[in-house]
Amino acid sequence: MPDSPPDITRDDVAHLAGLARIQLDDAELERLAPELQKILESVATVSEALEGAGDVAPMSHPTPITNVFRKDEVTPCLTPGQALAGAPASEGQRFLVPKILGEE
Amino acid sequence: MSSSDSDLTALTAAELADKLASGETTSVEVTQAFLDRIDSLDGELHSFLHVDHDGAKAAAVDVDARRGAGESFPSLAGVPIAVKDLLCTVGQPTTCGSRILEGWQPPYDATVVSRLRRAGMPILGKTNLDEFAMGSSTEHSAYGPTRNPWDTDRTPGGSGGGSAAAVAARLAPVAVGTDTGGSIRQPGALTGTVGVKPTYGGVSRYGIVAMASSLDQAGPVTRTVLDAALLHEIIGGHDPMDSTSLDAPVPGIVEAARRGDVSGLRIGVVKELGGEGFQSGVQARFEESVAMLTEAGATVVEVSCPSFAQALATYYLVMPSEVSSNLARFDAMRYGLRVFPEGVGDPSAEQVMAATRDAGFGDEVKRRIILGTYALSSGYYDAYYGSAQKVRALVARDFDRAFEQADVLVSPTAPTTAFKMGEKLDDPMAMYLQDVATIPANLAGIPGLSLPAGLAEDGLPVGVQFLAPLQADDRLYNAAAALERMLLDKWGGPLLAPLATTSEVPA
Repeated sequence: MPDSPPDITRDDVAHLAGLARIQLDDAELERLAPELQKILESVATVSEALEGAGDVAPMSHPTPITNVFRKDEVTPCLTPGQALAGAPASEGQRFLVPKILGEE
Repeated sequence: MSSSDSDLTALTAAELADKLASGETTSVEVTQAFLDRIDSLDGELHSFLHVDHDGAKAAAVDVDARRGAGESFPSLAGVPIAVKDLLCTVGQPTTCGSRILEGWQPPYDATVVSRLRRAGMPILGKTNLDEFAMGSSTEHSAYGPTRNPWDTDRTPGGSGGGSAAAVAARLAPVAVGTDTGGSIRQPGALTGTVGVKPTYGGVSRYGIVAMASSLDQAGPVTRTVLDAALLHEIIGGHDPMDSTSLDAPVPGIVEAARRGDVSGLRIGVVKELGGEGFQSGVQARFEESVAMLTEAGATVVEVSCPSFAQALATYYLVMPSEVSSNLARFDAMRYGLRVFPEGVGDPSAEQVMAATRDAGFGDEVKRRIILGTYALSSGYYDAYYGSAQKVRALVARDFDRAFEQADVLVSPTAPTTAFKMGEKLDDPMAMYLQDVATIPANLAGIPGLSLPAGLAEDGLPVGVQFLAPLQADDRLYNAAAALERMLLDKWGGPLLAPLATTSEVPA
């Protein structure tokens, strides 16, 4: 990995914000590009610790994780009313959402 | 305000528990004393986002009645508590310090909260935090910052500055915090309180709004080591609702906190966590603490953990990557804020989601989500997230080797004392450096404890950090209790924030 990351442009931030579904305005894009650049330069050194370390297995979790199963039994859960209580909009026993198809 | 009520707020949780058990006082009296103190002092501190007068009093009445009827309870029954606003609480809003969850009422309790209720501990309210626990100063709360009771021009650290400030100012005897990179321990150091991050998996994460799932851990925020152990025992232990919960008994932490004997204990000073970049007064109090432990019979060795040099960089790749995934759930569909984009006639769900996340998330949250999106994107994944996961393994290996030479490790908790409000707000990397000594424990999952070690040259508190191997949390309590006892003897009593000794303004 190169020690210094590629330059982060305003357009790069706009692309990332699109992937992250955050509609940033122009002022935010201008501000974030140099901030992210500085942070990335600081974290780009991470691979220095790997020099001479040989083969290292990546660690995703502090303790070994195995699948945990519960008994296949019906247990109490939220009622539709409880599940919908915090929804921005609902109709009957359903979440009411904006259109999900037919985008230009 | 009668003098007896003021005295109640000066007692430790263990002392309150004794008085409650013996019938010298009631939970109603104790809870009211803390609520009164919150009402008179929290306008300035802003350690609470929500105070539940009615709920806390009702819980106090209930526990008093059941105790009167002969029911037996765990140790801290009747002792009120404050809870970080990242934990779901039925009947109280859970905002995570974010506009995107303003006023949200969760439909279920976090397991930690259920256990507090079952233990008969009235919940005073929800404490302030950096938005979604992202920050080291509590200045990133969407509802305004918390101030440090030692100097109200300074931050209490973060993200759990609300819980730490409330306990330091005696607005609550104990509180619950969460620690992803130091959010319990660093505020503990900056406010002169005790903060414990248990072993990963030692306390259930069910119902705690996730920031970085492989790092997050809830734990006690208190004024004494024994209080922390008593609270840890109540909230800890296996929970089938959290698939990463350890299916093992909580180590004998209360017994260890009462023992406090370091004779023959091997204590390792981590070479990489101290010296350059650490304030001189912080380093001085730390070295005095090590000397006191030596006098009490501990053997001190220096240990080296070379990969810690890249621990901060590793954390700022792993954590934002997990953040970008976890916070995708805030999609404006099932709960929380929904904002429609301006000038769009018939917006799609995707456009509504993007407008909502822009309006609902603050700057630091956006920074981390976008940083994580970058680190996980194709072309960069191996270089950033992949490398970080490997360095994470090296950090854990360094700890394994260090614990072959030492039973517990020690370091300063934070590199500086409490800093001024606004000082690091425009420089994210300067803010991130606050957690340089606490982050390695989260990466490896091991337990850590911060104990007040005295005041630096600027008159502000310093914390000393103890670290122990996975599931050896009892070693933290044993060593910290020994040092705490020696320090209290030396000081002639606990260190108190100026606001802690302020009495209530008469009504």
